[in-house]
Amino acid sequence: MSELNLTSAPAHLRHGSNIGQPLTRRDGILKVTGQASYAADNHPPGMLFAVMAVSSIARGRVVSLDVAAAKRHPGVIDVMTPDHKPELAIDPDLKTNPFVFRMEVLQSNDIRYANQAIAVVIAETLEAATEGAAQLAPRYEVQPALVGLDAGESFVPPVVGVGNPTESHRGDVEAGLAAADKQIDATYETPPQYHNAMEPHAIVARWEGDKLFLDTPSQAMVMARARVAELFGLAPEKIHIRSPFLGGGFGSKGFLTGPQILGVMAAKLVGRPVKLVLRREQMYGPVGHRAPTRQRLRLGADGEGRLTALDHHARTVSSTFDDFYEPAADASHTLYAAPAIRTSHDAVRVNTGTPLFMRAPGEATGSIALESAIDEMAWACGMDPLAFRLKNYAEVEPMTGRPFSSKALRACYEQGAARFGWAKRPLQPRQMRDDAGLLVGWGMGTATFPALMFQAEARAAIRRDGSGVMEIGAHDMGQGAWTALAQIAADSVGLDIDRLDFRSGTSDLPDAGIAGGSAHTATAGAAIHSAGAAVIGKLADLATSDERSPLFGAGNAGVIARDGRLIRRDDESRSESYAEILARAGVAEVEARGTGAPNPAAMEQYAMHAHGAVFAEVKVDPELGQVRLTRMIGAFAAGRIVNPRMVQSQLFGGMIWGMSFALHEAAITDRRSGRIMNANLGEYHIPVNADVPPLDVITVEEHDPHVNALGIKGVGEIGITGSAGAVANAVWHATGVRVRDFPIRIEELLT
Amino acid sequence: MKPFDYVRPATVTEAVAAAAQPGAVYLAAGTNLLDLMKGGISRPDRLVDVTRLDGLDQIETLADGSLRIGALVRNADLAHDAEFARSYPAVAEALLSGASAQLRNAATVGGNLLQRTRCAYFYDTASRCNKQAPGSGCDARDGDNRSHAVLGWSESCIATHPSDFCVPLVALDAIVEIEGRGGRREVALDELHRLPGDAPERESVLEPGDLIVAVRLPPAARGFAAHARYLKVRERTSYAFAVVSAAAALRIENGRIAQARLALGGVAAKPWRARAAEDVLKGVAPTADAFQEAARRALESAKPSGDNAFKIELARRIVVRALTLAAAGTPVRIPALPASPFASTSGAVHV
Ligand SMILES: Cc1cc2nc3c(=O)[nH]c(=O)nc-3n(C[C@H](O)[C@H](O)[C@H](O)COP(=O)(O)OP(=O)(O)OC[C@H]3O[C@@H](n4cnc5c(N)ncnc54)[C@H](O)[C@@H]3O)c2cc1C
Ligand code: SF4
Repeated sequence: MSELNLTSAPAHLRHGSNIGQPLTRRDGILKVTGQASYAADNHPPGMLFAVMAVSSIARGRVVSLDVAAAKRHPGVIDVMTPDHKPELAIDPDLKTNPFVFRMEVLQSNDIRYANQAIAVVIAETLEAATEGAAQLAPRYEVQPALVGLDAGESFVPPVVGVGNPTESHRGDVEAGLAAADKQIDATYETPPQYHNAMEPHAIVARWEGDKLFLDTPSQAMVMARARVAELFGLAPEKIHIRSPFLGGGFGSKGFLTGPQILGVMAAKLVGRPVKLVLRREQMYGPVGHRAPTRQRLRLGADGEGRLTALDHHARTVSSTFDDFYEPAADASHTLYAAPAIRTSHDAVRVNTGTPLFMRAPGEATGSIALESAIDEMAWACGMDPLAFRLKNYAEVEPMTGRPFSSKALRACYEQGAARFGWAKRPLQPRQMRDDAGLLVGWGMGTATFPALMFQAEARAAIRRDGSGVMEIGAHDMGQGAWTALAQIAADSVGLDIDRLDFRSGTSDLPDAGIAGGSAHTATAGAAIHSAGAAVIGKLADLATSDERSPLFGAGNAGVIARDGRLIRRDDESRSESYAEILARAGVAEVEARGTGAPNPAAMEQYAMHAHGAVFAEVKVDPELGQVRLTRMIGAFAAGRIVNPRMVQSQLFGGMIWGMSFALHEAAITDRRSGRIMNANLGEYHIPVNADVPPLDVITVEEHDPHVNALGIKGVGEIGITGSAGAVANAVWHATGVRVRDFPIRIEELLT
Repeated sequence: MKPFDYVRPATVTEAVAAAAQPGAVYLAAGTNLLDLMKGGISRPDRLVDVTRLDGLDQIETLADGSLRIGALVRNADLAHDAEFARSYPAVAEALLSGASAQLRNAATVGGNLLQRTRCAYFYDTASRCNKQAPGSGCDARDGDNRSHAVLGWSESCIATHPSDFCVPLVALDAIVEIEGRGGRREVALDELHRLPGDAPERESVLEPGDLIVAVRLPPAARGFAAHARYLKVRERTSYAFAVVSAAAALRIENGRIAQARLALGGVAAKPWRARAAEDVLKGVAPTADAFQEAARRALESAKPSGDNAFKIELARRIVVRALTLAAAGTPVRIPALPASPFASTSGAVHV
């Protein structure tokens, strides 16, 4: 059960529907008063500190560690190494299902990438463990590191992303290109990027006999529990994970990582609770990242600006020991109505931690290249970039020919452009200056992200006093699940949100699936919705079959649940409160379960995506090349908006990340050693407050009867797509310089 | 962390004695030193905490019109001292363009002068670095070096000094007061930092135990208040080190430059005073041509140390712009985005 006590009434409480209200975060007060405990805040009695020693080489072998020196350091209790560690039940390199990624848990002395754990020092204090790790003075047998997009022979991976085909095509691309009046052939590069969640990966592990208690941030607790269970040979029920709050995840906490397992192993080794927290620089390796890409786009257009062909090829990298391929080219499947489209990928293996899902995996990298290329083509055709996009507006999904379940992109374009004042944009670049003589440029990009759903379960109950309970092991990464899901829950049982006990954030609750793919609200929401409906159904059965009830004989379909009462649909004067119904029936509570899952039939029939249009203004110093974003407006259509405040924050965050993608973010890898040279938040640049102008988000009305019962599409990732391209295109419009290597650097603009 | 002694001397003399021991270092606010210790780059045996020493946190005007800034004055306190900002506006602007508000609130004058380079290879214990292990080599030479030095570098080290504060200070002939084992002495700030030559591990002329007690601006430094600017090009609007920066200060009399001061930041192992450029500006009208010529002179001996030729051209342009801004006159208030090319755009509230 959740041990969390959320603050009482959120602001903007309103009777009637909870969904659609801009409630403030229910955990907000806990957070600002420091009472929200994150994983690393837990200090069970007797706890020791574990610190990883990590490899400074990217490829080779550890030949020696001075364990004796580490152990001599005062306070050090033990040093876990490949030769001295608890045995796991299975080989951690075994892929027991496609959602299992390989991890480094001291299974050998081999080094696969820089920052890989090579030992874990366990000590009475963090300082002692840290110094113990420094005393290990590893010696290596070094092999040349594989670095960069040209490392070694390229190959065509079997699949990209999660089981997407590596190549897809429709129509004859070469013929389309040959027939085109205008052609664009451009290559774009995007760098490796790291999630850099504010909260580093952390675990506090405590064994009690064969029971295991874990405090660790997770975007998918039940999956994490299953992974721990298989690695340690435990029944899942023996494992209890608490993850009430995450300080950001962005995909990096979707799968349990090696360091988290090392924390559990360390606790087992020493027989005491252990805490292991990654240092910031240690997050550049074992917890996933966004792979670099090199993308070649070839576009053809006819004399009227209609696309004749779109060819999108992406080169990416994976690690030397596992497979994840950034599906960058797939971004070209959904947006523009070219009669011929081909997308393809190839890859090389490099000495890096395995790249993984990072906010809009594939869509983000693909979008900045596609939106740049579309902009280049619009210019080649002498057309306004918005007019060009409208000319090539996809009425059905271009790659599959399927109709969209809903698509309000036209309205996004219209409303965004109107708010921005896009109509005044000169076609030519380098035309606008501000009073201070700075170059001004306007750019746009189209945003898109699939409306996905996974599987989830929820349990609902109505208690004797008429209040409700909703249980679901959901994940709040800061996006507001505690609030938005509780809003859905309250509506589902016809109660005001303050009459509902919403329990979440632990692994013993019903499985909420994974908080990823922008699908958490939709999936967990659907489970909640159906659990709520089911419990109300049971309550209605009690009432309508009891002659003493004013609802007797109304039948299930004949009542509605509102404000803690069941009301006869055809005669609102006849109603009864939940408490009265339960009291008369003499039951303490009724409960029911519900599930949420995608509807395969609907998915077969429809293409399901959220859409948006982003408009950006940048200023560029004409001589010095420094760039600053000055305005950004995004209009998004993402189905039903459960909580406008949370949704706005998600979209703001995505848009800022898009800007970061275009202008700031890059991990710098030393091409010789494979080490990342800016693994800290001082030099791995992300935007700071001064980089972010006031942003504007428009949520465009969209009703989608097909995606799920609630019509929710998800907003977690779409904000980054479109935005990155909009900013890059604005830089071109300001300067006339087309930069295809991201992030855009000052030196490129020193013309 | 490596265990270390921590001492908190009561007097400057005690501090000097404590810090003269091998393995001892001074601790001021620690915004640089503690990062280095956590990363294992500095592994001192003894920290001599100077932050409680009396009398080193004063800003005083001396009888001859000099200004004396105690070594423990916080960067933010100095920048926000109204009298200071009026008299030495480029220095205040430089301070406010550095780091973040939190860091400036903590960082001290002495610590800012002696902060270490941001060369990524220096911060990486696994890299070869001649500063870390003399003679071991320099991994920056063939590595990622787009932000490294274009002036005064040597084959053994191409690192830059990252301070913003030092750039206008060196332009204004600041003097550093040092207490050492042999008593009190003074050096020009321009002489404090050493160019790498073949001994990049020796970053300054300080000897073991030497404590910076104050920085002094001579009386003439006030003469530039009407035409003094700092300009810093960086990769985000705030909270980033300079790619290249410049401090320009002019004394303009009857439409002509009576005296010019110019220094560059982010280009060398020390704040780079451009005296040759100053000379060509003396006595001429503040025109674009004159500024171009000054820029040419300032970068005459520049050469790329790697993938950073762009910094030379950028530096020229920054010199021209900084001089142009200085000639236009010091703004009444320090812009909300200090030293930024976007300083003139309105509506900025955060730095
Ligand atoms: C993320 C980040 C961003 C930054 N950005 C910028 C920037 O944009 N521009 C900029 O200019 N700076 C920047 N800085 C650097 C910052 O200005 C320095 O860290 C700070 O000024 C150091 O002062 P301190 O008092 O903390 O020194 P400490 O860290 O305590 O000491 C630094 C060094 O000076 C020595 N020392 C300190 N005081 C004395 C003394 N009185 N006598 C002799 N030796 C002494 C110490 O032994 C140590 O070697 C940044 C720092 C960080 C961490
Ligand atoms: S440039 Fe200087 S500080 Fe950087 S690695 Fe080379 S020697 Fe060390």
